[in-house]
Amino acid sequence: MNMTISREDVEYVAALARLELTEPEIQEYTEQLNSILDYAAMLERLDTDDVVPTAHAVPIHNVLREDQVRPSINHAKALRNAPDGDEGFFRVPRISLT
Amino acid sequence: MVVANQFEMVCGLEVHVELQTKTKIFCGCTTEFGGEQNTHVCPVCLGMPGALPVLNREVVNFAIKAGLALDCEIAEFSKFDRKNYFYPDLSKNYQTSQFDLPICGKGGLEIEIDGEKKWIGITRAHMEEDAGKLVHSGETISTSNESSVDYNRAGVPLLEIVSEPDMRSIPEVLAYLEKLVQILEYTEVSDCRLEQGSVRFDVNVSLRPFGTDTLGIRTETKNLNSFSSVRRCMEYEVARQARVLNAGENVVQETRTWDEGQGITLTLRSKEEAHDYRYFPEPDLPPLVIDKEWVERIRKTLPELPAARRARLQTLGLSAYDAAVITQAKAMADFFDEALTYYTDAKTLANWVMGDMTRLLNSNQCSVVDSPISAKQLAELLQLINKGTLSGKIAKSVLEEMYSTSKDASMIVKEKGLAQISDEGALLGIIDGVLAANPQSVEDYRAGKDKAIGFLVGQIMKATKGQANPGLVNQLLKEKLA
Amino acid sequence: MESVSIGKSVSEQHELLVHKDVSSTELTKAYIARIHSVDPDLQAYLTVLEDKALAQAAEIDRKIAHNEVLGALEGIPMALKDNMCTEGIRTSCASKMLESFIPPYNATVTDRLQAAGTILLGKVNMDEFAMGSSTENSYFAKTRNPWDLERVPGGSSGGAAVAVAADEASFSLGSDTGGSIRQPASFCGVVGMKPTYGAVSRLGLIAFASSLDQIGPFTKTVRDNALVLNAIAGYDPLDSTSVAYEKPDYTKFLVNNVKGLRIGIPREYYGEGIDPEVAKGIQAGIQTLIDLGAEVSECSLPHTEYAIPAYYLIATAEASSNLARYDGVRYGYRAEAEDVLGMFKQTRAEGFGPEVKRRIMLGTYALSSGYYDAYYLKAQKVRTLIKRDFDQAFEKFDVLLSPTAPTTAFKFGEKSADPLTMYLSDITTVPINLAGIPAISIPAGFVKGMPIGMQLMGKAFDEGTLYRVAYTFEQNTNHHTLKPSLSGEVLASGSR
Ligand SMILES: [Zn+2]
Repeated sequence: MNMTISREDVEYVAALARLELTEPEIQEYTEQLNSILDYAAMLERLDTDDVVPTAHAVPIHNVLREDQVRPSINHAKALRNAPDGDEGFFRVPRISLT
Repeated sequence: MVVANQFEMVCGLEVHVELQTKTKIFCGCTTEFGGEQNTHVCPVCLGMPGALPVLNREVVNFAIKAGLALDCEIAEFSKFDRKNYFYPDLSKNYQTSQFDLPICGKGGLEIEIDGEKKWIGITRAHMEEDAGKLVHSGETISTSNESSVDYNRAGVPLLEIVSEPDMRSIPEVLAYLEKLVQILEYTEVSDCRLEQGSVRFDVNVSLRPFGTDTLGIRTETKNLNSFSSVRRCMEYEVARQARVLNAGENVVQETRTWDEGQGITLTLRSKEEAHDYRYFPEPDLPPLVIDKEWVERIRKTLPELPAARRARLQTLGLSAYDAAVITQAKAMADFFDEALTYYTDAKTLANWVMGDMTRLLNSNQCSVVDSPISAKQLAELLQLINKGTLSGKIAKSVLEEMYSTSKDASMIVKEKGLAQISDEGALLGIIDGVLAANPQSVEDYRAGKDKAIGFLVGQIMKATKGQANPGLVNQLLKEKLA
Repeated sequence: MESVSIGKSVSEQHELLVHKDVSSTELTKAYIARIHSVDPDLQAYLTVLEDKALAQAAEIDRKIAHNEVLGALEGIPMALKDNMCTEGIRTSCASKMLESFIPPYNATVTDRLQAAGTILLGKVNMDEFAMGSSTENSYFAKTRNPWDLERVPGGSSGGAAVAVAADEASFSLGSDTGGSIRQPASFCGVVGMKPTYGAVSRLGLIAFASSLDQIGPFTKTVRDNALVLNAIAGYDPLDSTSVAYEKPDYTKFLVNNVKGLRIGIPREYYGEGIDPEVAKGIQAGIQTLIDLGAEVSECSLPHTEYAIPAYYLIATAEASSNLARYDGVRYGYRAEAEDVLGMFKQTRAEGFGPEVKRRIMLGTYALSSGYYDAYYLKAQKVRTLIKRDFDQAFEKFDVLLSPTAPTTAFKFGEKSADPLTMYLSDITTVPINLAGIPAISIPAGFVKGMPIGMQLMGKAFDEGTLYRVAYTFEQNTNHHTLKPSLSGEVLASGSR
């Protein structure tokens, strides 16, 4: 099989996506992503140089809201689902700079 | 600076300015500063599952307005994109921003240093959302075992203004920033409260030997929040890079952070670790189509910008310096212009505004917007001087009284009986008394000692508690002694 | 009385309520009893709201007692796919990540159905984050097909399809990103509509792929479907992609007449993966429509085969970004770790299932530096070509017709081993989402005892014409009247 995506690519992508992968997962995804991307390579057959990309299914524009305050939700509601909420804050462990 | 002899500095800036809307960019939460943590939040700005953004019209209006004031092209078609990166203050772990089609294109502004004018180009300006705020349990982020997140700021609208790398010295950078902030304040798209973090600066600096055209390797220092930090940071960074280059090494292309306490910049991440932001068009927001009509509608709301205002004041007789001082802040210039509708002597007005008025405001730490003396009231005071009702000296004390009571000048004059004595009969009586009491001085004057008349005038003013019309006193005295 | 009434359509139940032949409380109790009886085997429900549902029903019964005018859906018990936010009621997306997530707000569809007086019986199973075609990817349960418990119900809205097919709800709402309403409707023998993108608000629908997701109804009959769409469709200022179109009364299109209607049969939808028996069944359906006076001819949608890769690149790219917010900070599952980076990585590794992780990986890759143009941008351009195919076809045809799925429901585990094989089975449904147009799946017969579905595709915002064709077909066939002989099977399954 054509190796479109290497093991290193998979590790890089996992890091970008903040997914801790196990060794079997890395192997499995390397294989599966290769098979999917090989299939996707069929898109190269199409000449799309002059084609405008479609980002939205329905072509609408300028959807705007007036600058009027709407009530915010209360503290309890905001923090109800927080895994570690305390004194009105969402808590997180140490943040390393890199 | 020593390095100035060897290297030329090249600098470009990214300025993030908070737009002065009532609500956030994509939800109806208030943008009010302060507020208990996580109370100005809703499913949208908390990035709750299923929440969707709706763009605030005023954000677009302000972006167009700022763009016009900065001579930018306004894009007919622009769109939002997602900038993907993980950080705990970013509630969706992507920032909704604009990537390849920003609302404002090329523009710029003119700075002036020692009489030399220079154009600083602006590459683009785009709309985006602010992130939340992190509060650390320890001294700094890295020494804290845990941090807390407050999303009140998350979703506050920002305009990011990116300059060309056109600046060649620290004074140029500061002049650019001052001018930029002035324009943004003038257009009232932002209150530019630096102390509340409503303007933040990213500084790109590189050095190159004088006479070369190619750019050196640059560093970007992020998130500075005052002019003085920008200045100190650049001084440090220029010296650091010069040391590196002088040691025959290469500057590392990287993102740095400014440590205010130590006064140094530190590596945040290198180019290799640079974020792969995976920008793509925001599927939850349809694009913006801004037609000429919309742009013209906004253009009509543009105030007279500082440069035009300065020029106009100079045609009214103000010196270049005075015009610059008056127009430095829009509020002051507005006060001046309003007073001018009641009192037409611009030069005298300027002296009072820049002199006593400013002194009073400063000593009371009061902004002109909150001044207890209105522009109309100041104008009335000056009219009283012109009419001869008040002397300039007494007017100064009336102004102080006006400041503490907010009363009209004429009211204070009336209540305190401060009007000048311009009645010849009354003055002649007083003059006669003073001459009779000071025969020596009269003799001295007649003997050619001109100074003696000053003493006599002083005695007359003393006798009238300063209310005598000084011109009239002089005239009458000379007639008497002739 | 009660056990009979749960098998009836929404409009029949409405008549029973109006004439006080049955109360909303009785109807609701009957459904709850049915859920207790069959759901241990079918596992359509993730959450059943007995008390809340009965309280809502009592409210409606008070209205009935006062002879107040009853709306078309008032007092009718229904179910929501568990990716639609319900305030104060767990909304899990069938994921460990949201196992205990209680939304602080309602989805617009939840609000609208509440305003219409419907009774929310509970939240139903799905593939995790709507990623899948079999509901096998649920973290919680494997929902079974009521026509054969060894087979999948389809997906990702498997629970919503089964709830209607097995009379565990009078109707339900599902969401459709690449076929997630139509394919399970086809597999379970019910009516499922994916409306035009922008017709139904997505606010409160937990996003999979924002530019493709759309909510729609599962019902027993075409009339019911039009009634439910009447209640949920229409502009929502809180969803920027919602369209302010002139919403018609969809029941006005329910006429038994297709004379002169031009129906196109896209030949690309009969490719190699199609089961010949399914093709035969659809052919019979086409003949029925021809006999009723429709003008049917073959047509071409030349870029169809490119739809699968384009779809999977766009959908996964959007998903990779949409699912970034699940990081253990504000809600949902959190794994403990020394620092934030470790917490993020571990939370997501443990909170997401394999298919979700696979799609996040694919989508992240498609957007990453150096590959954006080759994958994501290319896919968006191909999306334009696919849209153009439909535009051209609709110049000549009012409606396009195809099988909803190339096969009938497959067995558990049959396709889950190879993701690509599973993806390829979506060939007949994903082009519709890329184009943003509406499509409906209606019962069109059986192959070896398993239902097959006929898919009708229409012009943007022309759901009406789809209802007209679907209604005419339904009135002239009896496929929709057949029910799975569940009670017998459920008893038999007791020995398992
Ligand atoms: Zn908000």
